[in-house]
Amino acid sequence: MTSEETLKEERSTPWREMLRKTIKNKERTDLPRVKMPELDAEIRSHNFDEVNQGLTKEQAVAESHRCLDCVNPTCITGCPVSINIPKFIKNIEREEFLEAAKALKETSALPAVCGRVCPQEKQCESQCFYTQKLKKPAVAIGYLERFAADYERNSGQISIPTLSSPNNIKIAVVGSGPTGLSFAGEMTKAGYDVTVFEALHELGGVLRYGIPEFRLPNPIVETEIDVLKKMGVKFMTNCIIGKTILQEDLTEYGFKGIFIGSGAGLPNFMHIPGENLIGVMSCNEYLTRVNLMQAADPDSDTPVQKGKKVAVIGGGNTAMDGVRTARRMGAERAMIVYRRSEEEMPARIEEIKHAKEEGIEFMTLHNPIEYKGDETGHVKQMHLQRMRLGAADVSGRRKPEPIEGDTIWVDVDEVIVSVGVSPNPLIPQTFTGLEVTKRGTVVVNEATLQAADKHIFAGGDIVRGGATVILAMGDGRRAARAMDEYLIKKLSTKE
Amino acid sequence: MNRIVGKEYFSERVVKLEIEAPLIAKSRKAGHFIIVRVGKKGERVPYTIASSDKQKGTITLVVQRVGKSSEKLCQLEVGDYVTDLVGPLGKATHIENFGTVLCAGGGVGVAPMLPIIEAMKNAGNRVITVLAARTKELIILEEQVRQFSDEVIIMTDDGSYGNKGLITNGIEMVIQREKVDQCVTIGPAIMMKFVAQLTKKYNIPTIASLNTIMVDGTGMCGACRITVGGQIKFVCVDGPEFDAHQVDFDEMLMRLKAYN
Repeated sequence: MTSEETLKEERSTPWREMLRKTIKNKERTDLPRVKMPELDAEIRSHNFDEVNQGLTKEQAVAESHRCLDCVNPTCITGCPVSINIPKFIKNIEREEFLEAAKALKETSALPAVCGRVCPQEKQCESQCFYTQKLKKPAVAIGYLERFAADYERNSGQISIPTLSSPNNIKIAVVGSGPTGLSFAGEMTKAGYDVTVFEALHELGGVLRYGIPEFRLPNPIVETEIDVLKKMGVKFMTNCIIGKTILQEDLTEYGFKGIFIGSGAGLPNFMHIPGENLIGVMSCNEYLTRVNLMQAADPDSDTPVQKGKKVAVIGGGNTAMDGVRTARRMGAERAMIVYRRSEEEMPARIEEIKHAKEEGIEFMTLHNPIEYKGDETGHVKQMHLQRMRLGAADVSGRRKPEPIEGDTIWVDVDEVIVSVGVSPNPLIPQTFTGLEVTKRGTVVVNEATLQAADKHIFAGGDIVRGGATVILAMGDGRRAARAMDEYLIKKLSTKE
Repeated sequence: MNRIVGKEYFSERVVKLEIEAPLIAKSRKAGHFIIVRVGKKGERVPYTIASSDKQKGTITLVVQRVGKSSEKLCQLEVGDYVTDLVGPLGKATHIENFGTVLCAGGGVGVAPMLPIIEAMKNAGNRVITVLAARTKELIILEEQVRQFSDEVIIMTDDGSYGNKGLITNGIEMVIQREKVDQCVTIGPAIMMKFVAQLTKKYNIPTIASLNTIMVDGTGMCGACRITVGGQIKFVCVDGPEFDAHQVDFDEMLMRLKAYN
């Protein structure tokens, strides 16, 4: 049965038909979109508590009524892991919240994470009937996803997805970030014996070292990883494939397939004077110290600079995470310095809104050209070039141009550089059988994510060079299907 | 978790630890380092591997007590475990038959230099080693160094052992006496800076193994960045060994004080 047929069949189950009949579409579309309850901006900018508080049961059920359970659910096409969105939302409507969570887990290994950090406005919600046809705010699919996943976790009745019978084929996964976890979940469901190798001492990759707890609390990540452990996924921390265990060792240990999800760890710098002064650091370093190493905790041995006048360079989600973290670490002045205007910022609208509420200053159309330090080498000033927008460039965004002679000096005592990341070079350096681009990304077949060496597949930022959690998860899922097909075919021709 | 199976005091402040790490013992090469963490609130700290035993599945670190994290590590006893240990990290030393290799090690820098001395000797080089320390009791691993060196010159600041003088005095003595094809130096940053200045004067290619502040040690954070020949380099993935004549040691010395 194709997935389309499955969707149709599920849509025609009696309980869903009944739900559709109980309330008229007109009544549904007249309902206003729910608002996410949030912590007060002043209070939250001094702590690391989660900003979005999650919907109450009543709010979630009310929002679920807005979903029309469309004949042709376009929202699903907007989801990189193809969550059966109407199915989980209608389960919320009939208050079968645990069933809703199960529906999420059919295709997503990390629903509580995705419900928090996915840019739904660019994915499922952008394809929602409300957005597309009614020109009204989309059904709050992301909020509902989070609600169902949180409900299940808090109920203590966490379901484990059904697994195929074990086939005893060993698969290695390099990296425990979103793409690796998604891949591991899918392969384990298909009966494979999966081991995930992680370089750091904690699991989760960017979910752990990158995204701050006020957006994604660590226990949420831990619970989702626990489900994978219960499914039988094995994890090995402090292990770098290519260093601790070599590629040829994996073959020797009997691994039949390798999935590389080592991410885009390497931070970019701007190569301007003064960038190596003390107090200037990559956003990765700053967030790793605070998130992974818990440097905000006075008992932690890991130090972190606590600037009072902090500039974060960049306009992406990572920059927003950095500047909002700096605010929470005690910055009196926390600034975003971005060379384009707010309209071109790649950060999610929600992150920009939250940052502004927390008192973050936005210095758009400014670009740093130099930093000056004091006699101890600690940064004390940044030199900013004022910019204006010129004609659109290849990316379709208007290109920032310097306004000749228009520069300013701004006092700072900490600068966090968040101008993108490059793929981690460790894998390309230590693996054979991979084709690597100039940018350092691994080349794979676009459809199957298979690398030049046929038993290696790769996904997430090591292939994309810097994208989102959900795109990485989508890659993991697609690669799992493709590797499964490849291995089955290969093993059956051998016999 | 990795268990400590051996502990020996070289001096009051310098401790040798032998730690179970079979995978690292198997794959490490001269020049590699590891990152270790002690306690759930512990910091990730890099140490260069001094030696390993594949059969026993252990690696050896030589740790100088200089701060909170090294203190915690030195307080561990045989039978205790470190919380996390990851490696081998960095690029291995480039070993070849250069001819005559001068190895200049200061303080605990002698420990990570030992495997390089051994590898250089095994590659067929004539190896002259200069060991330097403030005073006699801080000269470590002399016996092991002698095993793989054609000649060992010892320098102490106070003259309590070997020759009185700085490491550079010992190096210059050798350079003026015979042709040196390659120099390798490991020790405090300030010492390596002066070694590099000296060998540059004599045009002797020199490798310095750098130990900077790191967090992850895998290229993720850039805390370890330095300037080499005008370019930003990450010690963890591009190093830890660099052309000493190209390294901006003054900047490195400044950056080492980031959290002081």
